[in-house]
Amino acid sequence: MSSDSVARQVAPSALGDDARRFFNLTVTLARTDFKLRYFGSVLGYVWSLARPLLLFGILYAVFTIVFHAGRGVPHYPVYLLTAIILWTYFTETTSGGVTCLLNREGLLRKMRFPRLVIPLSVGLTAAFNLALNFIVVLGFAVATGVEPRLTWLELPVLALLLATLALGVGMMLSVLYVRFRDVQPIWEVTAQILFYASPIVYTAKTYPASVREIAMINPIAAILTQMNHAFISPSAPTAASVIGGTARLLLPLGIIIVAAVVGLWFFMREAPRIAENL
Amino acid sequence: MTATVRPYAPTPSPDAREPSVRIAGVSKAFRLPHQRYATFKERALHPFRSTKYDVLQALDDINVEIEPGEFFGIVGRNGSGKSSLLKCIAGIYSIDAGELTVAGRLSPFIELGVGFNMELTARDNVLINAIMLGLTRKQARERFEDIIAFAELEDFLDLRLKNYSSGMGVRLAFSVAIQVEAEILLIDEVLAVGDAAFQQKCYDEFQRLKRAGRTILFVTHDMGAIERFCDRAMLIDKGRTVMIGAPTEVARRYNALNFGTTVHQLSDDRLRAGEEMAGPVAIVDGWFESRDGVRIAALASNEECCACMEVRFNERVEEPIFGFTLRNEVGSTVFATTTDHLHGDTGTFEAGQTAIVRLIFENYLTPSRYNLTPSVARQGAGADALDLREDIASVVIHGGRFTGGIVELPHTFRISTR
Repeated sequence: MSSDSVARQVAPSALGDDARRFFNLTVTLARTDFKLRYFGSVLGYVWSLARPLLLFGILYAVFTIVFHAGRGVPHYPVYLLTAIILWTYFTETTSGGVTCLLNREGLLRKMRFPRLVIPLSVGLTAAFNLALNFIVVLGFAVATGVEPRLTWLELPVLALLLATLALGVGMMLSVLYVRFRDVQPIWEVTAQILFYASPIVYTAKTYPASVREIAMINPIAAILTQMNHAFISPSAPTAASVIGGTARLLLPLGIIIVAAVVGLWFFMREAPRIAENL
Repeated sequence: MTATVRPYAPTPSPDAREPSVRIAGVSKAFRLPHQRYATFKERALHPFRSTKYDVLQALDDINVEIEPGEFFGIVGRNGSGKSSLLKCIAGIYSIDAGELTVAGRLSPFIELGVGFNMELTARDNVLINAIMLGLTRKQARERFEDIIAFAELEDFLDLRLKNYSSGMGVRLAFSVAIQVEAEILLIDEVLAVGDAAFQQKCYDEFQRLKRAGRTILFVTHDMGAIERFCDRAMLIDKGRTVMIGAPTEVARRYNALNFGTTVHQLSDDRLRAGEEMAGPVAIVDGWFESRDGVRIAALASNEECCACMEVRFNERVEEPIFGFTLRNEVGSTVFATTTDHLHGDTGTFEAGQTAIVRLIFENYLTPSRYNLTPSVARQGAGADALDLREDIASVVIHGGRFTGGIVELPHTFRISTR
């Protein structure tokens, strides 16, 4: 098929031609999703907080009492909780991304709209959650003695980097899942591996020296490590110092950019045929 | 009943000669693998077999131009490709070949209530749906009252949609849909539900849209709606255009396609069976004819119809009585008549002669399938049948209104006051 023979505005695409509608749609879908998630439950939003808190409770108990992982880490509970909500954001965006196109089959088959809206709205819903969770974390941090500093301003940048990575992966997974249903279990397993490979229940200092620099290529490891330094304790090493030099940070940064670019490229390539392949 | 009727802004037409939708040589094929390789494992195990697939030609070289302000119907049987065509025009499917241009803003959806969420209230759904259709949040709020008033659902605003009846849901969806500022509307099979009053309201709304110069493309099975609203219609079958023309013509072709065109010519076997009949008289054939003498299986209501029988006389019969009975789908006798004394002489037939008897009648039948039972009887008090063939032929009457009655009597009204 030659794309130049297809005239304007009638071919389905990832981005569409109306930026305002793109934005409105993304926000509306995300809001609706967020609203619906705990719709009909008595405690509502509390549940979206309960999940990371519960995970936090379990991991905290297991890793401090049984494994003593947090020993010597200043404000370990704050670190663990922050890492968990960031991780929750990442998995919500990526795992949600896997099934998002299929879940929106009705819309995709019946309505013309920029296809990219769907994985983006999943990321946005997760971001709403992250923002609400972060308020709780902030209170927890201040209550346990973490002092506000100017370096907190790094946090939005770190969150943006994480979002870029998560959306890139999410876009890629969403179109892959349309073709291959085994993407879902594969990603579940991958996410599990990534969870333990990233410094969530431990900090980057725990990595054995021999693998530390390699492990830090994982963008999540780099982001969490920098988060520890900027947000929780100034005495914690920066990502640059753990990976062994600022220049090396280009590796995790490169992975983030590649994930976003490849994810977007792949999504745009597949977008015109998503509706018929579903 | 409508609280406020917002007038539609007339469609600006920079160049009136430019068609709203131009479809030139459009083709679309779906690749349907024999076996869908949905997992990596299957693909890994059968790396070469995956190249086998069927190509389903959903659309094959479709050409049509739809003018601004036209109400254009697309009809076809299930799987004919009509919905695929609509989805290509809507920009939901990509096309493989040809050119498809659209001049003007296209409504983004092809079905009512797309994106409705059953768990949310009508209020939320209206706002969400309006935004999906391209309004801003502010516009959606501003028009909220109008939408609800049109749907006549003021009392059910905070009811969750899952507690709505299907008709109420459609009313809501339609009310939102007409708020879209589109110059070209695409509609796939709507208004199948909704009570008569609301349907009428919707059709009135269509007329208003039409007067405002909107172009409407309309996919349906309902020939009544096609004949009533469309300026032109297109019949497609197996992805190809069968015809484009006046709605009544298209409806006739559609019914012909559905019910078979001209009827079965009676097989030789049956004719021979007639010859071998021991009786003095044998009805060897029965059929329906159109005004111009063509055997038909379907006919538009209000078109003159002719029921026919062919009778072979094996012995001399004087003044036989020919009878016709029409029964509808449920087996009720709708009409029965005979050539009794009121019709005068039928004549005398010698052995070996064949007669063709035609009953020409004004077609006041309502849409249904009608079966013909012809009979021949001897003159006399007993009038026992010499031959009678139950349901020898049938005709489908289509078009017209569905009134619930079994006939559509010619009528006028006279209303006076005392």
